[in-house]
Amino acid sequence: MADMAKVLVVTSGKGGVGKTTSTAALGAALAQAGQKVAVVDFDVGLRNLDLVLGAERRVVFDLINVVQGVAKLSQALIRDKRLENLWLLPASQTRDKDALTEHGVASVIKEMRSKFDWVICDSPAGIERGATLAMRFADAAVIVTNPEVSSVRDSDRIIGLLDSKTEKAEKGQRIEKHILITRYDAQRAARGEMLNIGDVLDILSTPLLGIIPESEEVLRASNVGSPVTLSSALSAAARAYVDASRRLRGDQIPMTVPTDRKRFFDRLFGRRAA
Amino acid sequence: MNSAIAVRPQPSMRFRGRSFMAFVLTPSLPIANWLAELDKWGRNSPDFFVGRPIILDLAGVPLSEPGISQLITVLAERGIRVMGLEGAEPEQLSTSLPPLLKGGRSAGETNAPAGFDAPRGAQAGAPARAEPTSLLLENPIRSGQSVIFPYGDITVLGSVASGAEVVAGGSIHVYGALRGRAMAGSMGNGSARIFCSKNEAELISIDGYYRTAEEMDATLRSRPVQCWLEDRVLAIAALD
Repeated sequence: MADMAKVLVVTSGKGGVGKTTSTAALGAALAQAGQKVAVVDFDVGLRNLDLVLGAERRVVFDLINVVQGVAKLSQALIRDKRLENLWLLPASQTRDKDALTEHGVASVIKEMRSKFDWVICDSPAGIERGATLAMRFADAAVIVTNPEVSSVRDSDRIIGLLDSKTEKAEKGQRIEKHILITRYDAQRAARGEMLNIGDVLDILSTPLLGIIPESEEVLRASNVGSPVTLSSALSAAARAYVDASRRLRGDQIPMTVPTDRKRFFDRLFGRRAA
Repeated sequence: MNSAIAVRPQPSMRFRGRSFMAFVLTPSLPIANWLAELDKWGRNSPDFFVGRPIILDLAGVPLSEPGISQLITVLAERGIRVMGLEGAEPEQLSTSLPPLLKGGRSAGETNAPAGFDAPRGAQAGAPARAEPTSLLLENPIRSGQSVIFPYGDITVLGSVASGAEVVAGGSIHVYGALRGRAMAGSMGNGSARIFCSKNEAELISIDGYYRTAEEMDATLRSRPVQCWLEDRVLAIAALD
């Protein structure tokens, strides 16, 4: 069973594109499907994942404590109150990223591999230590991208790092990569105010995991401390995250952009690149 | 046993070699005219020299130490920071001036950007080694990555991203979209060419003659193109 665990990094380069929201939503969706999931906040010093999961008042120990051997992993993990399969390893808000060591992160990830089906690492923005350690031991990566040029270029930079700086890449293996497009607004895209999906995939030449529509529900979910797949399960964004989580598990699901207007699913294309 | 301890290697400081491609500025007399020419060119390409290693070749201009010092100051006012000197007599130089460099390989001097009459590198130290003459890259070149292959052609099967650069001594072939920078003929090869199946380039350059995206004809964007050097002018033509 230990070998079945998959370590996934949710990353982007650029800040504010929806990494933490996506980590929480994908983690919850996998847990709702019966998988045993841990989400790990690597944003040391600027932690957010605890808030998005509504666990901020239950944090005792954190990732740094475990890395430094101050606390055991089992003491630091916080079990979600709604989903018994979902666990959070929070970041420290008071330390900085220099407190993370490669050796320490390696041993924490290794221990988590033996306990969970999925270990989802929420990367900080940027390409510095926190981000490189979050991706370091990953088997797969979800690159969260907004359909605009700066986000796409930063994602491209991150893909380059995933292909060179991860342990898998250094062993000559390929890290599995997926693009998750967030904050997609079909109307703005139609008016040419956003990059269209085809352009994004063409530039990044990486397979698409899902398209999450821009949604009030996502913002509300973050503010009430609940993943959107729990707080408004029928919303378009929640359905898109559930579809993405099923694709992560290998299910073949046609690529659609769910809408809230109950019209029909705007059918896109199931494009697979490179 | 004592002798074994005595020869145990001490942990020593490590020095690593690294090579950079420097631009060589070659002032000529009269210096005022040369500076005027530089300014004229610089108006079209502000910031070209920012952050690049610049060497000042003084072989053509017999300057005293105060003269050299003044020239460096004048260049600094234009945002050109001189990293080292070439072609000067050691006794001319005080320690306040950039160091005198020796052993530079002359092929590099031809990387002077368009507008300079840099002497073409005639003699190349003839490295008779059998270097590979092409480099094939199967993966896309991602933003922030730089591929430098001075020995020949580079072929990229995927795309070159915005913010990435490909530098070849020979020609550059991009089968995907070229969205970053491509610099062919970087060691002074004016017959090098650049080919791409979709031109979205930020900058293209052959033998130092370059063109930015802004200077390209809009009708040549998003199309397959080839670029070559024609009488020291960078030409671009559609291939479709």
